[in-house]
Amino acid sequence: MSFTANAIWRRDALAIDTTITPPSGWVDLNLRELWDYRELLYFFVWRDLKVRYKQTAIGAVWAILQPFLTMVVFSLFFGRLAHMPSNGLPYPIFYYSALLPWIYFAGALQNATNTMVEHQRMITKVYFPRLLLPMAAVTTGLVDFAIGFVVFFGMLLFYGISPGVPILLLPFFLLLAVLTALGVGLWLSALNAIYRDVRYVAPFLIQFWMFASPVAYPSTLVPERWRWLYGLNPMAGVIESFRWCLTGRGQPPNLLLAASTGMVLVILMGGVAYFQRMEGTIADVV
Amino acid sequence: MSDIVIGAENLGKRYRIGERERCVTLRDLLARAASAPARLFAPRKPSSSEGWRATGNRANGNHPHFWALKEVSLDIRQGEVVGLVGRNGAGKTTLLKILSRITRPTIGRAHIHGRVGSLLEVGTGFHHELTGRENTFLSGAILGMSKAEIKRKFDEIVAFAELDKFIDTPVKHYSSGMYIRLAFAVAAHLEPEILFVDEVLAVGDASFQKKCLGKMGQVSREGRTILFVSHNMAAIKTLCSRAVLMRDGAVTASGAVADVVDNYLLGTASGAHAREWRDPTAAPGNQNVLISYIRVIPPEGEPVITIDTGAWIEIGFDNLRKNINLDCTVYVMNSEGVIIFASGHRISSDSDSRCGFHDVTGRIPGHLLNAGRYSVDVVFGKDQRWVLFRIDSVVSFEVENTATGRGSNMSVFPGVIRPLLSWRHSFKEESSLVKQP
Repeated sequence: MSFTANAIWRRDALAIDTTITPPSGWVDLNLRELWDYRELLYFFVWRDLKVRYKQTAIGAVWAILQPFLTMVVFSLFFGRLAHMPSNGLPYPIFYYSALLPWIYFAGALQNATNTMVEHQRMITKVYFPRLLLPMAAVTTGLVDFAIGFVVFFGMLLFYGISPGVPILLLPFFLLLAVLTALGVGLWLSALNAIYRDVRYVAPFLIQFWMFASPVAYPSTLVPERWRWLYGLNPMAGVIESFRWCLTGRGQPPNLLLAASTGMVLVILMGGVAYFQRMEGTIADVV
Repeated sequence: MSDIVIGAENLGKRYRIGERERCVTLRDLLARAASAPARLFAPRKPSSSEGWRATGNRANGNHPHFWALKEVSLDIRQGEVVGLVGRNGAGKTTLLKILSRITRPTIGRAHIHGRVGSLLEVGTGFHHELTGRENTFLSGAILGMSKAEIKRKFDEIVAFAELDKFIDTPVKHYSSGMYIRLAFAVAAHLEPEILFVDEVLAVGDASFQKKCLGKMGQVSREGRTILFVSHNMAAIKTLCSRAVLMRDGAVTASGAVADVVDNYLLGTASGAHAREWRDPTAAPGNQNVLISYIRVIPPEGEPVITIDTGAWIEIGFDNLRKNINLDCTVYVMNSEGVIIFASGHRISSDSDSRCGFHDVTGRIPGHLLNAGRYSVDVVFGKDQRWVLFRIDSVVSFEVENTATGRGSNMSVFPGVIRPLLSWRHSFKEESSLVKQP
């Protein structure tokens, strides 16, 4: 028994019984408790949004500039100069549709990685399910994503492209991106609490990861028989799916998506398990 | 069903020495990487069946450990206000952290029955970029209040903090006093059934401290259960119905507040208030004098040195120099190092001191020292000019606060000393300045 799992919330009796025990080694995700703390999750997200662009001159415009300028650079160098194949799409559309999920993912992962260290004081002074912190970090990024998404619609109009029915699948693909960021973020944030090296490793990891994902190039460059292996990078499936459903061009990346979805679940479950193991004593080491 | 709301059984917490200070590096990670996958999901040692004694000081081979908490068992009933006392490092905060679930014990278990609020610092979760209003909601939510609850109490919180004009100013522009007032106001409006409080009343100015103590008292009268850590014995005595003494990670006494507080202060005295040397080779001194004891103790019948009681200073020493004009002087310094006074006694009026044991006792009168911690230097001199031997900060003592002079006001008066003046007062109906029409 442990308090994370066995705080027995007896709503009817208006009383809460908690049992405090040493860490048991078993994964005990207490979804009920997480649900009871949902308001705190909301407050964490709200705070991050409030604080994010405080004391910046152009504020939330950064949420537009970041993907947009990256798109311009990619279109120029990878597109115009390197003549990267783009499945017949205009380069700006080709790159922006991939940068939307990628920039969300990179930001969310970076923020999630730093949560435990950034909230060190809070973690050592008050109890709440620590899982809320990385969860809030990956949720906050969705607002920037939404802003960037609006710009994308403007671009679609400009190029006269209509995405069609597949766009209805977008929420699912976005969820995959969120869960990937959360899954990896759980690993990295818990590791970061103990090994501060993670803070320096994460930017590299994210950079390498981008080149291992079809952001700057289409996944069709990867030989067909290695495609499933490539799909073990969950972001590969996510990005190709984004491109497909946002532009309506090409075939749905079925194989890639299946491999990615499976991998996301593995990473997420592993992340939750590892994080839960760390959670009970994270206040002692962070 | 019993009315025990906090039940702790054999709680123990082991830390690896240096765990908190040292950041583990990637090198260690790589070194352990080989065995990591297997260990990652394996249960941690020691299991709850083995006691803290079983694992000794160098458990698991290479890392020295220490037990911050050893087999602590504690039952607290519904509505009790329990004061947790003990020296720094006795394990009080560790116990609070385990009971409030911030960290988990290494062994043992505890049951908590009721909604818990913990107040281990003032301003938990405050973000300096946010305004007072925003921080009220944020901190309230982190401490466990619902949004609706905070909304309902918002005006009350702002009024308590006395900063209605500045509530929409970012807290980074607040003075430290304003910051603490707001932070405490939020915390004070928590309404959990069980409240853990760690030495947070020691901040803020005197009048605000008084307000906080009042709020605490009010909370305790509402039948909530409070576990309260403080070094302020006066506050413990005022607020608590029971006290628990911890020493070196274990509970060494529990019961009536007065008894436990005495126990604690007397226990501290052997280390800090008073020192004795039995072994002449270890005793401080030189070829002139050899000190056997220096004590600062409350007057007979008083358990504690307070503002009212004053204290005795006793110095016992052997004089080794025959026929000199010897004197013994004490310097009393406050915690800021300011010498409050120096006072001495001439052992001999002429150059005719005798070799042998001398005991010098001085009375520090009541209503002289303000509440606080003082340290004592002792100087032996010759002809009131030459220093024969001096020993600095040899003992230290605490003067407890009392309410004398201000009714029930328990706050510490400002000022280096706290004399009790005798006042006279007369009254006339007509003004001395304004002529009555």
